[in-house]
Amino acid sequence: MKLEQIMEVLEAKVCTDAAFDDIEILAACGSDLMSDALAFGENKGLLLTGLNNPQCIRTAEMMDINCVVLVRGKEPDDALVTLANEKEIVVMRTDYSMYTSCGLLYSAGLSGGDIS
Amino acid sequence: MAQVLTQKYVVGADDFAAAGAASAAVKKTLKQLSFPVDFIRRTSIAMYEGEINMVIHGGGGIASVEIYEDCVKITLADTGPGIPDIEQAMQEGFSTATDSIRELGFGAGMGLPNIKKQSDEFEIISEIGKGTKLTITLNANS
Repeated sequence: MKLEQIMEVLEAKVCTDAAFDDIEILAACGSDLMSDALAFGENKGLLLTGLNNPQCIRTAEMMDINCVVLVRGKEPDDALVTLANEKEIVVMRTDYSMYTSCGLLYSAGLSGGDIS
Repeated sequence: MAQVLTQKYVVGADDFAAAGAASAAVKKTLKQLSFPVDFIRRTSIAMYEGEINMVIHGGGGIASVEIYEDCVKITLADTGPGIPDIEQAMQEGFSTATDSIRELGFGAGMGLPNIKKQSDEFEIISEIGKGTKLTITLNANS
């Protein structure tokens, strides 16, 4: 699924500068705890989280994740946005809850992938 | 097995804003050395989990990274309180993290098990009151 479609499904707003026209997402994981997310095994994944500090970007960086979606209307802090721009990771925010965000993406065809 | 280079990083105690910087630097080096993508990912995840543990549990310490042609050896040594029961600490879900650490996104009790899962060799030595030394090796061809 293209990031543009994910943005539409979640009615999300982009918070960063990185271009995302060609980014294809193959699977998604959702967690507020980064160690749970780090056990997620898929490449080209999407991370949904309510954690709005720079460690969600560090986690995405280690996992080669291109996009982080902040759920429950969380606003990213400046340090998060700065690090994401430096690492060319797209950050979006949606007002939907974690449960609803995951459900909407799953219904639209984005799978949960495997745990490594 | 020729050694390519050695890197050392000081990991600060409770310096949560900088946590992960050492792992990010190692990841960048491994990319520059053209290691396989999956190997870089495994190494990055394992080191990052260990680095976070040093920050939130170990009172900071030294991360030493030896990069060889076909593997990476990482030693994370802290001077923290030590782990009383390593077998218990290795169980998925076991955590001594406080609520304030969980609010920062860590403390799921997955760190050490995940490090072991990503690594080809894993050794942890801990002494109460003196600290913990974690040594892991990841082979690029495994």
